[in-house]
Amino acid sequence: MAIPKKLREFDVVRDDEKCIRCEVCCRMCANDVHSYDAETDKVSADSAKCVGCHFCEDVCPTEALVIKRNKSQIKRNANWKNDALGNIIKQANTGGVVLIGMGNDRPIRDYFGHIVLNASQVTNPSIDPLREPMELKTFIGSKPDRIELVEKKSKIKNTTEIPPQLELETPVLFTAMSFGSISLNACKSLAKAACDFGTYWNTGEGGLHKDLYPYAHRCIVQVASGRFGVDREYLKKGAAIEIKIGQGAKPGIGGHLPGEKVSAEISSTRMIPEGTDALSPAPHHDIYSIEDLRQLIFALKEATDYKKPVGVKIAAVHNVAPIASGIVRAGADFVVIDGIRGGTGAAPQIIRDNVGIPIELAVAAVDQRLREEGIRHRASLIAAGGIKSSGDVVKAVALGADAVYIGTAALVALGCHLCQRCYTGKCNWGIATQDPYLTKRLNPEIGAKRAYNLLRGWSLEIKEMLGGMGINAIESLRGNKEQLRGVGLHEKELELLGIKHAGEAW
Amino acid sequence: MRKRLIPDIDYRVPSACGVTGIMNQKGELFSGEAIYASICNMLERGNGLGSGFVAYGIYPELKDYWCFHIMYENEKAKENTEDYLKRNFGIKHSEPIPTKKVKSLKFIPLLWRYFLGIEKNVESAEDYIIKVVMDINKEIEGAFVFSSGKNMGIFKGVGNPDEIGEFFRVPEYKGYIWVSHNRFPTNSVGWWGGAHPFGILDWSVVHNGEISSYGVNKRYLENFGYFCTLSTDTEVITYLFDLLVRRHKIAFETVGNILSAPFWSQIERIENKEERELLKTLRMVYGPALVNGPFSVIVANSSCMVGLNDRIKLRPLVAATKGDFLYISSEEAAIKIVSPQLDKVWMPRAGEPTIGKLM
Repeated sequence: MAIPKKLREFDVVRDDEKCIRCEVCCRMCANDVHSYDAETDKVSADSAKCVGCHFCEDVCPTEALVIKRNKSQIKRNANWKNDALGNIIKQANTGGVVLIGMGNDRPIRDYFGHIVLNASQVTNPSIDPLREPMELKTFIGSKPDRIELVEKKSKIKNTTEIPPQLELETPVLFTAMSFGSISLNACKSLAKAACDFGTYWNTGEGGLHKDLYPYAHRCIVQVASGRFGVDREYLKKGAAIEIKIGQGAKPGIGGHLPGEKVSAEISSTRMIPEGTDALSPAPHHDIYSIEDLRQLIFALKEATDYKKPVGVKIAAVHNVAPIASGIVRAGADFVVIDGIRGGTGAAPQIIRDNVGIPIELAVAAVDQRLREEGIRHRASLIAAGGIKSSGDVVKAVALGADAVYIGTAALVALGCHLCQRCYTGKCNWGIATQDPYLTKRLNPEIGAKRAYNLLRGWSLEIKEMLGGMGINAIESLRGNKEQLRGVGLHEKELELLGIKHAGEAW
Repeated sequence: MRKRLIPDIDYRVPSACGVTGIMNQKGELFSGEAIYASICNMLERGNGLGSGFVAYGIYPELKDYWCFHIMYENEKAKENTEDYLKRNFGIKHSEPIPTKKVKSLKFIPLLWRYFLGIEKNVESAEDYIIKVVMDINKEIEGAFVFSSGKNMGIFKGVGNPDEIGEFFRVPEYKGYIWVSHNRFPTNSVGWWGGAHPFGILDWSVVHNGEISSYGVNKRYLENFGYFCTLSTDTEVITYLFDLLVRRHKIAFETVGNILSAPFWSQIERIENKEERELLKTLRMVYGPALVNGPFSVIVANSSCMVGLNDRIKLRPLVAATKGDFLYISSEEAAIKIVSPQLDKVWMPRAGEPTIGKLM
């Protein structure tokens, strides 16, 4: 019978006059799109294989290549679109679960895009960050609700014990991305950038490779359901520990690194046999309720002599506020909330696209809930999932977050074009792959510089926005919903976000 | 609820203003003429939409009783409030606040004062008073307690300081601390309660500025049971002082390092490690109490008068001494009109509190 082919997503358009037959595209494309025929002296493309990563377009020395979105379209239909059809065809072919990488690409309401910021006029001078100090220093960790001071020999001393803190020069951290899901060069790039700038990076569930030890003092080590790479040394090396319960891109399910990717390096880092699948179960099999989580939090604190903050990461789901409250009461020093737009190296598409709630609503709900219960100071709140610009950072902080995690944005700085094929291991940019031919394309020194530049650029922009509001320290923005207004949001949404509509005064 | 008569209870009204304070640090009483002259030398800093005075030491014969100054919109509000007071206190004495007719003043509320004794068994008299004041201001329509300390009182209303001072017969009182305010709000308002000073217990605050961190400070205070019902920036500062000084027992000098915290770059330059760590800890723990945006404030209670600027001194504040007198003001002219020959005049640095204490 005639079998429908995979729907073509892209057309590789080559300007034959510009093409100099250098064959760089042919050598570089991990998906074997381009080929050169010496007999006819023609370079041709098999567009059906193209994933749209734009690597060839960027390396073509004569700009002869343009990757365009598909021309082959089905009859116009408001309900049945190419992607729905495409997935059905794939499943009819294989009978499997459709995999995908990166964050949700559906038009789920972007609340950040419906929020605008304030600026000072007349009654309150705006502050010029180029002339005046503008402070972004942020501490992640549990704070006491007050401190006891005593005066000794006319010197004031604090007698209250302050729990361990992470000190950030900007309220932006690199989120969990494991060695395995991304290359060692990508890990190094982010790790070095975090150290150079004064923020933190996260191992994900990939263990800590020896080459990353020099950056361990600014690393958050993750303990996830597979417990890969976790031993005493791993815990001691990190600056903080994060227990991963859930991830915004795939709430409620585990992870899977296929055996063919488990190379010698990954095997030793994750502490599993070479070539075996690395399966992270959906739940932690020692956490079936909140009291079990408490035990794990304190087991990790015990193991590290109460010298490191221990946090918990969850996906933003319907009941996120009470869950976060439980986590704080269970002893977590920080809580990470990962929204529905959060990224992933691999997830079933049906989960990524349909499960969870937007981070904006989740952060506002959690912050409000913790305040109502009088325990907001007991844990820091990190928002993750869909932070695309410094504007989003400012809005997330004003909605109640202490800091944000970025993943996708950091990878874009390293070259990623969001083709969403991380799970194939054929990342032409050398990011989501373990193929040495591909990973060597990512120079960790240059990668680190680019990720550093991103942090720097965003931090400068955050300072400009703060100065405009007449604020010169980030702590005066944290939870400051007065500085936010909604545009085009209905009353319930405004109520949940805790903000007024544009046009309303103080 | 109170929409018609008092619009600015529903909106936060930013205002720029003049502030001035005089303290005799030996606690000797002096007449209100000085403060009246001082504030009236800064009429330019207001626009006739609010001014007020606070005086400490004015009720020596009733100094052990909590004195409530209350404004009422109507008789009904007064009846309801007096019922409430009778249920919760022993009323030692009550009377209308003495006033003089000033033709130009409008929308004058009923103004009464009550001297109250707590007869119930309460854990902390101060916390009880705060609760009562918040109850009345929130729950009883048309009633507003605008002064609630002992042996002190706030007098304020909508008008220029010369009018308000004359109306309340300010020059006839004698006190050892006097603070006054002249208001230039950026909304038109008609509510007498919106004027400064703002007070709770024996705290009083006058404030020139707008607080950009209002949203943070307000939500932080809610954690500790303070609810900002008045939507004024000044309310936030008052509660922060009460929280930090009275409840957390932090000295004024240190409170300055919280409300107008030094910059990280300044902290890093401090050589003494302990001092550096303390400032860092203060910022870490009390970050939400940082008051951001331009302000100069004068805060007083029965034993202190403190002037404080924002961290980059976006509003003026000048201080001076003459003998036992400490002066803090928006303008030097407002001090010199009272005391032309001063011992010392200085501009307090950004974030550095100027503290006057009873000796």
